[in-house]
Amino acid sequence: MITVRDLSVTFEVGGRDIRAVQAVSFEVARGETFGIVGESGSGKSTVLKAIAGLVRSTSATLEVDGRAAARRRSRADRRMLQFVFQDPYGSLHPRKTIDDILREPLVIHREPDIDARVAAAIADVGLLPAHRFRYPHQLSGGQRQRVAIARALILSPPILLLDEPTSALDVSVQAEILNLLARLRQSYTLTSILVSHDLAVVAHLCDRIAIMRMGRLVEIVSADDLRTGRVTHDYSRQLLAASRGFVRQDA
Amino acid sequence: MSTPLGQWLMSEAPLSRRQAVLGSLYRGVRAIFANPTALAGLFIVALLVVMAVFAPWFAMGQSPLSQDLAQRLAAPSPEHWFGTDELGRDIYARTLYGARVTLTIVVLVSVVVVPIGLAVGTVAGYFGGWVDAVLMRVTDIFLAFPRLVLALAFAAALGPGIENAVIAISLTSWPAYARIARSETLAIARSDFIQSVVLQGASTGRILFRHVVPLCLSSVIVRLTLDMAGIILTAAGLGFLGLGAQPPTAEWGAMVSSGRDVILDQWWVATIPGLAIFIVSLGFNLLGDGLRDVFDPKSR
Repeated sequence: MITVRDLSVTFEVGGRDIRAVQAVSFEVARGETFGIVGESGSGKSTVLKAIAGLVRSTSATLEVDGRAAARRRSRADRRMLQFVFQDPYGSLHPRKTIDDILREPLVIHREPDIDARVAAAIADVGLLPAHRFRYPHQLSGGQRQRVAIARALILSPPILLLDEPTSALDVSVQAEILNLLARLRQSYTLTSILVSHDLAVVAHLCDRIAIMRMGRLVEIVSADDLRTGRVTHDYSRQLLAASRGFVRQDA
Repeated sequence: MSTPLGQWLMSEAPLSRRQAVLGSLYRGVRAIFANPTALAGLFIVALLVVMAVFAPWFAMGQSPLSQDLAQRLAAPSPEHWFGTDELGRDIYARTLYGARVTLTIVVLVSVVVVPIGLAVGTVAGYFGGWVDAVLMRVTDIFLAFPRLVLALAFAAALGPGIENAVIAISLTSWPAYARIARSETLAIARSDFIQSVVLQGASTGRILFRHVVPLCLSSVIVRLTLDMAGIILTAAGLGFLGLGAQPPTAEWGAMVSSGRDVILDQWWVATIPGLAIFIVSLGFNLLGDGLRDVFDPKSR
């Protein structure tokens, strides 16, 4: 479903080139949930933004659903893939009601039945009809992230990219959002890539996991291997050791 | 908050889009009414509008143009509340009709300046790179024109009149709005909520008009209200120099000018329109200050 070969991203900061992602390659099968973990600054979010076309990248191959992802994407291309951002406080327009926010993708793609579909999307992510005409500042962080998820799914995209969708939320709300994602993944048959620094979250939701460090992909392991600690690379072992407590509770 | 309408407007869970929009408008109006500065400014500006619209009715049959040379330079009296000028025209009526001229200038300048400033600023801020560089250098060039001198040049080239005054004021006013809109856009364009509309496949025009402009609008409105005093003063200054509204039109700046020669003996001729300019400028300043407090989320 998603093929990435030799993906590199270089930012120019103050005249110097920063190579944020270097020669990363992986494939994600249809229906699979693929995880990317790594410490801050390892380039994991940048990989996700490069796939979405939000940052400029160079690659040997960048294919989404068998078609090369161009730098300039058409409206149909955009439809294939939606994104949930890390910070639910920054990802919703502060002057628009939830209704406006959810309506926007449907209006852009000239979809029919907008009213009914907005109502359905709100119910789907566990919000109440009473939330529909509120402004984002009237909602909690968890409710906002539900709105962001509803917005990403309202066009029924085959691919969902999740950039640390729970890291800005407190622990009890994190669990709710993760369960919601697990449920939606099944009902929508989504292919998704989940970026997180939290190994427990990734091991809980993902089938295979890529470990990244300093812009490079260290290794790709299965969720089982990650839980039982069967990793080959030294850095992966360090990362596991650093979060052992969490992994044990989860497994 | 006891009335059913008040409860409906302040509802935390509106049931329709209309209720949500009206509710947020109502909150804004309440915020303005809770702010004494804004309220005072709003009152003065509202008074200006009412005076301008109902000038013939307030003037009670006095014409701003009819001359009565036997009554020239008459002191304020029950018959002529603010006295008469050097041609025996009623200053009260002229001041009222002068509000129309001032309001016309205010409205025309706003209508010209805000869209140009917003368009240039948001486009420059959103696209960045060479688009930004070119647009901002053009802005700098316009910013370098001295307002009154350009207005004088325009009046000299195109002939004096309100329209040319408005063009001259607008030409030198829009760069400030372009800069505000650009700096706001720079902050907004990189935010996640704009990125998410990009990912939804929205066109650039839609992103700018529907998502970026609404967030720039509040600071532009505040700036416009604060600038209004300067615009009114420039217009009055042009009138004073004889390059704004032409006689016999009642215009405050021109009225002050005509009272200049007799300011010591017949003080009311220059003082009354001068007071009108002062009060209206003050009103716009107060309203602008209050609106800045109302719009600024940090001050809530």
